[in-house]
Amino acid sequence: MGAAAIRVVHSTRSSRIGVAGFALLFVMLAAAPFWAERSDLRLLVEIFTYVALASLWNLLAGYAGLVSVGQQAYVGLGAYILFGLAIFAGINPVWTIPIAGLISAVIAIPVAFLIFRLRGHYFAIGTWVVAEVFRLLAAQIGPLGGGSGISLPVATVTAIAETRQMREFLIYWIALALLVVILGLIVMLLRSRYGLALTAIRDNETAALSNGVNVTRTKLVVYVITAAGTAMIGALIFLQKLRISPDVAFSVNEWTAFVIFIVVIGGVGRLEGPIIGTIVFFLLRETLADLGALYLLMLGIVAIGVMLKAPKGIWGYVADRFGWELFPLARRVERRDGPPP
Amino acid sequence: MASILTLDGISKRFGAIVIANDVDLAVKKGEALGIIGPNGAGKTTLFGVITGTVPPDSGCVTFDGRDVTRLPPDQRCRMGIARSFQIPQPFGGMTVFENLVVAAAFGQGRSEHDVYAQSHDILERCGLAAKANRPASSLTLLDRKRLELARALATAPQLLLLDEVAGGLTEHECEALVDLIRDIRKTGITIVWIEHIVHALLAVIDRLVVLHGGAFIAQGDPQEVIRSPQVNEIYMGIPADA
Ligand SMILES: Nc1ncnc2c1ncn2[C@@H]1O[C@H](COP(=O)(O)OP(=O)(O)OP(=O)(O)O)[C@@H](O)[C@H]1O
Ligand SMILES: [Mg+2]
Repeated sequence: MGAAAIRVVHSTRSSRIGVAGFALLFVMLAAAPFWAERSDLRLLVEIFTYVALASLWNLLAGYAGLVSVGQQAYVGLGAYILFGLAIFAGINPVWTIPIAGLISAVIAIPVAFLIFRLRGHYFAIGTWVVAEVFRLLAAQIGPLGGGSGISLPVATVTAIAETRQMREFLIYWIALALLVVILGLIVMLLRSRYGLALTAIRDNETAALSNGVNVTRTKLVVYVITAAGTAMIGALIFLQKLRISPDVAFSVNEWTAFVIFIVVIGGVGRLEGPIIGTIVFFLLRETLADLGALYLLMLGIVAIGVMLKAPKGIWGYVADRFGWELFPLARRVERRDGPPP
Repeated sequence: MASILTLDGISKRFGAIVIANDVDLAVKKGEALGIIGPNGAGKTTLFGVITGTVPPDSGCVTFDGRDVTRLPPDQRCRMGIARSFQIPQPFGGMTVFENLVVAAAFGQGRSEHDVYAQSHDILERCGLAAKANRPASSLTLLDRKRLELARALATAPQLLLLDEVAGGLTEHECEALVDLIRDIRKTGITIVWIEHIVHALLAVIDRLVVLHGGAFIAQGDPQEVIRSPQVNEIYMGIPADA
């Protein structure tokens, strides 16, 4: 067969269905302010932010093998940048979201040089230490309320939108847009040359190195991108809350433990995993929330159950079984002169 | 002809296990060198030293006139050193074709689209084209070994290190493999091949070395080395002075 006899396509039948499904879902969700209750919108914003956080953590840990338990460092950093810029520089909080992403990316570079020296468990511990240092530093910022935190001033809040309803709509649409942008960028990243390297690293780091992949540089790029995305989501979360404190902004429970739960049950190292995982997580939370402490126990039981029955998570199980892929990532060879081999 | 690879005074030990004790080796450009030695002699570890996954305790590795001892494996790969792993290391979640694209794009430092056609050609040469779209994790051990070879080739190497690629093949498959490796050699690629299937090895190589106890205890013309007293001693238990 000559060189011209093949072509390479990304989409499969399941991914075409997947993309169409996502497009439909997007249209429905974009119109949610017209059909949903206020409390539903708040819940949806929360769901969007968790899908985004989980997708970013999945990129970091599931693909690049950088198992961080300190991503709350960037949630809190983004949130504090928003509050700082809005309160001291008078910038409209909405515009501080991309700025928070940029600044966090810059800060992530020296942090990466520090923690990339650590391997395995030590890397995980290192990320957590970094997050704790960030939290302690945030508690030192007197003008932002020190350890007890601060609320966004009323003038700043009304600058976002005139009415409370408009503000809530706006935050909803920003959350949806940010999620779509983050997921879209992750898909583009994974389809690019970097994605090829990343997927190879996910599957076998030794082989990736031996095939010429610059593993360290690829990981660095992913770490910085993830930091930026996580910080923008963090800024958005606290824009909705209108109030910040170091303990909440840098909470390992809220921004990392739940996120890891979501990715593990959904499926590590697959783009669909965090989406499925978030749905399961919120179903559990909404049905079991009255159970109090029992609820956390139930989460633990579900996690253990999934890990035993389907070690690759729910989506890992489905994908292995049926060969489905909702995002057009794979590169399939087709012969130009005949049916696919 | 000039050496493409030299090892100078390489020593490596894992605790009490001596893999190499002040070992020297020079591989000429275009040569096909065979390495044999008993299980656990350290043949695979030696490949690790050459490719950069195993740091030597002392000594120096030179490739194509450059000291590469401190270079990481990815950089050595891009310089032209490729390796097939004895225990196949596929990218299990990727398709067979994608495995090749990774090796070709990163091993040669080229863009993805530039290497599609050659990646597919190499799959055909290695008998994997029909499985191009299968996940690599679904391959049989035999096909995984083929994939190792295909991926190493895809990096467009100057030096190809093969680690037991013939094990487990039928007689017929083994002949096909020997033909393939001969073809590869004809394109000017230098080959170093670790193999227990001696007759396959002898059909390709010009020179044979025997690694045992941290040293090359015999080297030279393959037929002579095979019949040498040192080889008889370690493989048949016949003392060299008998
Ligand atoms: N990373 C390591 N740490 C400790 N010991 C190791 C390591 N890698 C290999 N060894 C040991 O070094 C010895 C040589 O191993 P190696 O795989 O290089 O041998 P080999 O000659 O390739 O053997 P085989 O013919 O069975 O493939 C073995 O005893 C092995 O257990
Ligand atoms: Mg070996």
